[in-house]
Amino acid sequence: MHVSINVNGEEISREIEPRQLLVHFIRDTPGLTGTHWGCDTSNCGACVVLMDGQPVKSCTTLAVMCEGHEIRTVESLEVDGVLDPIQQGFHERHALQCGFCTPGMLMTTRALLDENPDPTDHEIRTAISGGICRCTGYKNIVSAVRWAAEFEAATTSGSSSTTSGSPSKQEV
Amino acid sequence: MAITENLPSPQTERPIGFGRLKRKEDARFIRGQGTYLDDIRLPGMVYGAILRSPYAHARIISIDTSKALAHPNVAAVVTAKDLETLGLAWMPTISYDTQAVLAGDKVRFQGQEVAFVVATDEYSANDALQLIDVEYEPLPAVVNARTALDPDAPLIRDDKAGQRDNLASPTWEAGDEEATDRVFAEADTVVTRDIIYPRCHPAPLETCGMIADFNPETGQLDIYNGNQAPHAHRTVYAHVAGLAEHMIRIRCSDIGGGFGNKVPVYPGYVCAIAASIVAGVPVKWVENRSENLMSTGFARDYIMRSEMCSKNGKITGLRVDVIADHGAFDSTAQPTKFPAGFFHIVCGSYDLEASHVKVKAVYTNKAPGGVAYRCSFRITEAVYLVERMVDALALEMKVDPIELRMSSFIGPEQFPYETTTGWTYDSGNYAETMRVAMDIAGYEDLRREQLEKRARGELMGIGVSFFTEGVGAGPRKHMDILGLAMNDGADLRIHPSGKAVVSISAQTQGQGHETTFAQIVAEELGIPPEDVEVRHGDTDKSPYGLGTYGSRSTPVSGAAVAVVSRKVRDKARLIAATMLETRPEDLAWEKGRWYVKGDPEKGALIEDIAIRAYGGEPMPAGMEGGLDAQVIYDPPNLTYPYGAYIAVVDIDPDTAQVTVRRFIAVDDCGVRINPMIVDGQIHGGLAEGVGIALMELISFDEEGNCLNSSFMDYLIPTALECPDFELGETVTPCPHHPLGAKGVGESPNVGSPPAIVNAVIDALYETHGVEHVDMPCTPARVWAAMQGRPEPPQ
Repeated sequence: MHVSINVNGEEISREIEPRQLLVHFIRDTPGLTGTHWGCDTSNCGACVVLMDGQPVKSCTTLAVMCEGHEIRTVESLEVDGVLDPIQQGFHERHALQCGFCTPGMLMTTRALLDENPDPTDHEIRTAISGGICRCTGYKNIVSAVRWAAEFEAATTSGSSSTTSGSPSKQEV
Repeated sequence: MAITENLPSPQTERPIGFGRLKRKEDARFIRGQGTYLDDIRLPGMVYGAILRSPYAHARIISIDTSKALAHPNVAAVVTAKDLETLGLAWMPTISYDTQAVLAGDKVRFQGQEVAFVVATDEYSANDALQLIDVEYEPLPAVVNARTALDPDAPLIRDDKAGQRDNLASPTWEAGDEEATDRVFAEADTVVTRDIIYPRCHPAPLETCGMIADFNPETGQLDIYNGNQAPHAHRTVYAHVAGLAEHMIRIRCSDIGGGFGNKVPVYPGYVCAIAASIVAGVPVKWVENRSENLMSTGFARDYIMRSEMCSKNGKITGLRVDVIADHGAFDSTAQPTKFPAGFFHIVCGSYDLEASHVKVKAVYTNKAPGGVAYRCSFRITEAVYLVERMVDALALEMKVDPIELRMSSFIGPEQFPYETTTGWTYDSGNYAETMRVAMDIAGYEDLRREQLEKRARGELMGIGVSFFTEGVGAGPRKHMDILGLAMNDGADLRIHPSGKAVVSISAQTQGQGHETTFAQIVAEELGIPPEDVEVRHGDTDKSPYGLGTYGSRSTPVSGAAVAVVSRKVRDKARLIAATMLETRPEDLAWEKGRWYVKGDPEKGALIEDIAIRAYGGEPMPAGMEGGLDAQVIYDPPNLTYPYGAYIAVVDIDPDTAQVTVRRFIAVDDCGVRINPMIVDGQIHGGLAEGVGIALMELISFDEEGNCLNSSFMDYLIPTALECPDFELGETVTPCPHHPLGAKGVGESPNVGSPPAIVNAVIDALYETHGVEHVDMPCTPARVWAAMQGRPEPPQ
């Protein structure tokens, strides 16, 4: 059947099998392989993307359910060569090792900061508890989200995901 | 995507070597630009899927593939019969056993590979699995390892000539039995415990898979596969498939975690290779999560009966009798001479008078494996056992568990120390590390808090463990895997510009090799780490070596990089002497520069020496041009990192839910090259330890059905189950490693489960009389223990 989904601001129209999962649609059609799958059962969160700003697990979302909706993936975080503060935070605080869960964690915590610009450690832990990281023990992920929250508070209005121009920003 | 973190400018100041350098590899991962196996697509590629056995033990009567073959998108269906014609129906395991690639006669565990379907897309391949008709005759299954050797137990491995029971390998022993008997006879306190380290699974977030691409015209086999030991895999494929080794190229893409699970060769890999050889097109096979949990390398599964004794307040002896459950095929990851891996490091950190260890391995109708889940070949089981036994002994002696450890530690003056089972520990100051952990924890205050809480009916426990690991396998004189020396290579090329490429045989799965190994070259040669490119994961472009597992990257490969850098430095000295018109012995080194002793202004920078090495001016007499070197490093000994861990748990008296409130980890891994990465490794291993202690379990019902085949029931800790880990460190350099470094990646996984379980028992002993509980400490199992009926896992 025909489906038309806005992925990272671009309208993707395609004939697909009705059973095709969103994660496969994203990875196959625009070839955005930054979104991973890890468990098939909504437990690991490696496949998290934003659907109209809300985190969803794309391994258990049918592509056809996204008709007319806006999907954002990890590839959309960097704008015009400027990293999203959450990406920068993960680098600053060594919040990734193998990198496999990272896109899902980045999208989940981006959505958290959009909703709650100053989360407590417990709020951060709760927000990422729908995801699994086998490498970091989560401590540095919590720290990275705090880094990004503080960075955003210190620059502009603190809620934009395309904050730029801070002298403390470094090239990665 | 360069990294220009807080590095001093190369123009004004010499660059750093060791230190908290942020990671080079982050640049691609934070952008979603990593390339994991499933991200790779080759032109004309087809997709494989595996039909698996629903039974743990059954005879195969017939397999009908006709309906699957009639599927319009199916290209081929491969069964054991087809593989037999290629000589690929069985493959060797890493432990000199054999394993069926596809089951022909019988299935021997639930989830075993039965048929391999190849189709034009993944959805069709999986559809076609449903169209294969297999007729089975179910057989009684052997599930309990304790009864596997009973005379009436069904024979699992009737494929092996002469096999009459389910014994997987002859009983293996270490230590001195008679001396141990004497020490026990003279002891004043003896404790006995049955301790189980249950079956668990490394479960990396990325599952296993392969793309095999055989070119019939050239005979070249290109393999894309995230595995921890690409060079060893290439050698195995050459032997199994009868292909020329130099015509096989393995490229390891980015790997989404390994933890031991990506060490073995799996049947799916052989199927993908066979299918590509027959079809002449690239074949991709990627397992799903259930396949990963049900069929690929599990870990542990040791049933251990142990006795420990003391005399005059000091631990003196240890006796251990183990039944190892290997599943249906013995594919345990271990060096050839050690059928129980390094389990006999079980004497721990204590100056024992004698010990004796006996291990018997059996076949059961369960998945094969016995991989080291973030562990150096069974050291995790050994550390768990000894640290549980020390606590049991302390309970019996009514002394504080730290006091007993302190009085029994190997003293700093005793190193190098030979254990009663034949290991030579390199260096350590155990009591100092224990004290640092006690200080961070506030041990005395915690004990006071515990008493106050107990008076109020609250359950709080404080658990201690002190581990010594042997990592960095290993010396050629002592060990090999499948006859391959456990050495690693490094190839360093300094370009005329003074920038460098170092190729290594270790294989990162997230450990940050691209950063750490660049820092080693930077430290040794003064070339900025951003100017050192680390190449790995392509067998055509890196020197031979055995890969990354058993915390061996820094101990073996890191040493190789240090040694190769020093070789380059030595050559640079000779060139510099020519440049400076002096003798090499008149030169002294500072980071990045040879200079004339007594005239420090007169010197040559490494980049100037590099230009000279490739330039038109004369080289020293008899010397070839260029500034390259290559080494294969054979470690003289393992390295022996150690650590003191303290866990603080709270237990809900009504639900028996265990919460790890604090976890203090003080590791001594010798010199730390990048302390940020070391800390990260420790955090990750501790989280896995929390999982193993509280949640992670692969269990079976009595028919051999796997009960934990998805992340719905194989529970992995999230951010809410993990505490905010508190780390400390001591630094006792390794005397034989060129950098003084020891391995560390696995220490936290090894050391943390006993601390947590000891804490659970510490919380419940006084109030509920609980002396023992097996992992995982789920609410159900802890509750049963609180009611006086502990239930071991099955």
